[in-house]
Amino acid sequence: MTSAVDFESAAARLDRDVELLRFATAGSVDDGKSTLVGRLLHDSKSVLADTLEAVERASRDRGAEGVELALLTDGLRAEREQGITIDVAYRYFTTPRRKFILADTPGHVQYTRNMVTGASTAELVVLLVDARKGVVEQTRRHLAVAALLGVRHLVLAVNKMDLVDFSESAYRAIADDFAAAAEALGISDHVVIPVSASLGDNVVDASSNTPWYDGPTLLDHLETVPVGVDAVTQAARFPVQYVVRAADYRGYAGQLASGVIERDDEVVIMPAGLRTRIVAIDTFDGEVDIAHAPQSVTLRLADEFDVGRGDLIVHPRQEPRVAREFDATVCQLSERCLRAGDRVLIKHTTRVVKGVVDSITHRLDIETLDRAAADALALNEIGGVSLRVAAPLAVDDYATDRLTGSFLVIDEHDGQTLAAGLVGDPLAAGRPQ
Amino acid sequence: MSAIVEEPVEATPKLPPSRKVPHLEALESEGIHIMREVAAEFERPVLLFSGGKDSAVMLHLARKAFAPAPVPFPLMHVDTGHNFPEVIAYRDALVERLGLRLVVASVQSYIDSGKLRERADGTRNPLQTVPLLDAITVNKFDAVFGGGRRDEEKARAKERIVSLRDEFGQWDPRRQRPELWNLYNGRHKPGEHVRVFPLSNWTELDVWEYVEREGVELPAIYFSHPREVFKRNGMWLTPGEWGGPKGGEVVERKVVRYRTVGDMSCTGAVESIASSIGDVIAEIAVTTITERGATRADDKLSEAAMEDRKREGYF
Repeated sequence: MTSAVDFESAAARLDRDVELLRFATAGSVDDGKSTLVGRLLHDSKSVLADTLEAVERASRDRGAEGVELALLTDGLRAEREQGITIDVAYRYFTTPRRKFILADTPGHVQYTRNMVTGASTAELVVLLVDARKGVVEQTRRHLAVAALLGVRHLVLAVNKMDLVDFSESAYRAIADDFAAAAEALGISDHVVIPVSASLGDNVVDASSNTPWYDGPTLLDHLETVPVGVDAVTQAARFPVQYVVRAADYRGYAGQLASGVIERDDEVVIMPAGLRTRIVAIDTFDGEVDIAHAPQSVTLRLADEFDVGRGDLIVHPRQEPRVAREFDATVCQLSERCLRAGDRVLIKHTTRVVKGVVDSITHRLDIETLDRAAADALALNEIGGVSLRVAAPLAVDDYATDRLTGSFLVIDEHDGQTLAAGLVGDPLAAGRPQ
Repeated sequence: MSAIVEEPVEATPKLPPSRKVPHLEALESEGIHIMREVAAEFERPVLLFSGGKDSAVMLHLARKAFAPAPVPFPLMHVDTGHNFPEVIAYRDALVERLGLRLVVASVQSYIDSGKLRERADGTRNPLQTVPLLDAITVNKFDAVFGGGRRDEEKARAKERIVSLRDEFGQWDPRRQRPELWNLYNGRHKPGEHVRVFPLSNWTELDVWEYVEREGVELPAIYFSHPREVFKRNGMWLTPGEWGGPKGGEVVERKVVRYRTVGDMSCTGAVESIASSIGDVIAEIAVTTITERGATRADDKLSEAAMEDRKREGYF
């Protein structure tokens, strides 16, 4: 670094109040996903000189011409030695318009487990296909997982357009296939972009090779797609994490999972159903009148009820369901199978309860979306379960609220995370009737 | 529409004002959420505090998470013995002012007692692992907050926010638990512990923007100042008893600042005239070299240096 920085012009280029977009990428082996991610980082000037030098060196060692952008996303030595990708890698980049957190999910080994993990916090998923192959089995699986996890915005990057001579008809055929598959799953916001990750067409810079395409480049779309849901349109959900006690002070600390809470609001403490009122919304910097999701705040209540970790604060007439038994969709993340009769722990918001799997209701074929009877769910399988829990939980359907509708299934004995749970049947809920 | 006008309409409640949450606030809220989860679910958390900017931001988040109550866990400094005096003075003043408890795990005392041997290259960063793991065991800490960020390095890019360590403190990248939504599974067997990284999703620039926004106090060496330095392996190091300069290394006076704070023997200064937080932010925004690439000799040891240290139980 030199000291020849023009501080004022550099500072002027920074917008300190940008939004954050969390997105995930998924693709099949050899679709060029690593190259696409590398291209996105490289062309958005997110790769610094020393990193690029290391990649150039490694490219030369491999006898490659030019820079192999895929090496920018190269992982651990343990992975290189075994020729595998272990799991989700997180990458960060910034443009003058937005900050991005990218969950880069490998396509082959344990693809469902990884994609479920990456998509659980993503608002947008970029799927990749090879222009020569089009929408394949795995594209449909990834699409179904994205729909299941409630990802609102989907992008299909039709890669390797250079290998089909930037043919409009090849692009159209794939775009039509994809639109049909997405709409069958109830995903209305989808964009199909013709790209060449290795040459850079339509990734960051618009391509002159696709004059017939007037849509956004990948980065344009990432920079302009709406972020988040407006908190005021959602029911408030405030899981109590921690009781803050000090002299003459008792406050309930938590992060608003959704919605808005204002001072003087009438509220209900779930699952007990106690009615009270918010007398103050505290932060380290002082009291505030209103809090929006996802802010972390501390609430003070008008009545001295026995409120603690695991309770959920909501508005009257917007209460979630209080259930000791409920149906859910689970994705099995562990090599151990999930079976009827299994005793497990359920971690839902800030509450952990004992539970039992009453039955496996079906196994989902995520390629055809057919449901078949099953008595166990193995690693990477998705299916329906009926659960019974030892203490009531205040739950929403996952399709309504991602954070109060999700849970982990944990092995009581060794603490392993067995499965990701989604309350209700999100795929059925999202599909057009 | 006319039908609606004629029917008695229930007054629609006025919606509260909409608000977009800017990225720093989203990151802060996530960090606070992580700290409260850990404080609620673990018996004996501890916060690793080196006096560097990341640990200063973590401590600031901890203060915000539990206010008006005090931070409900102690700090721990793994002291290599090769410290910048400014950083130790800053650490002690802060601990005193906030009324916190500080545990110091000393690499020097391990070397003095013969439990650890000085490396040929003089760097003590890799030597921190044993005193760190011993202190975790002796104090029965079950959750250890670290300031690691995923943008720092590729081994860190695959790290969980709540990351399990076996009873030898080892990290096994293949045995990591999937981490979904904002649900952290910190269950562990006796003798095991978790490392927790509340700044996982922050970048270097985020940290500095947050330092500016919140007025987080930092050691003065982060800002430009004249300093006697000498060049080793392409980095400007500060002379000292730790072992420099050696034959042929020439001491010069430069205007520098530090981008990271660590062991003096392997933390390099960068030439810079950035004397305020605003200057530093502007400088980082246009920098062409990564934080670790610019300033950390230990990561230049090999391509997988961080991966190897992490496996053994390093931060």
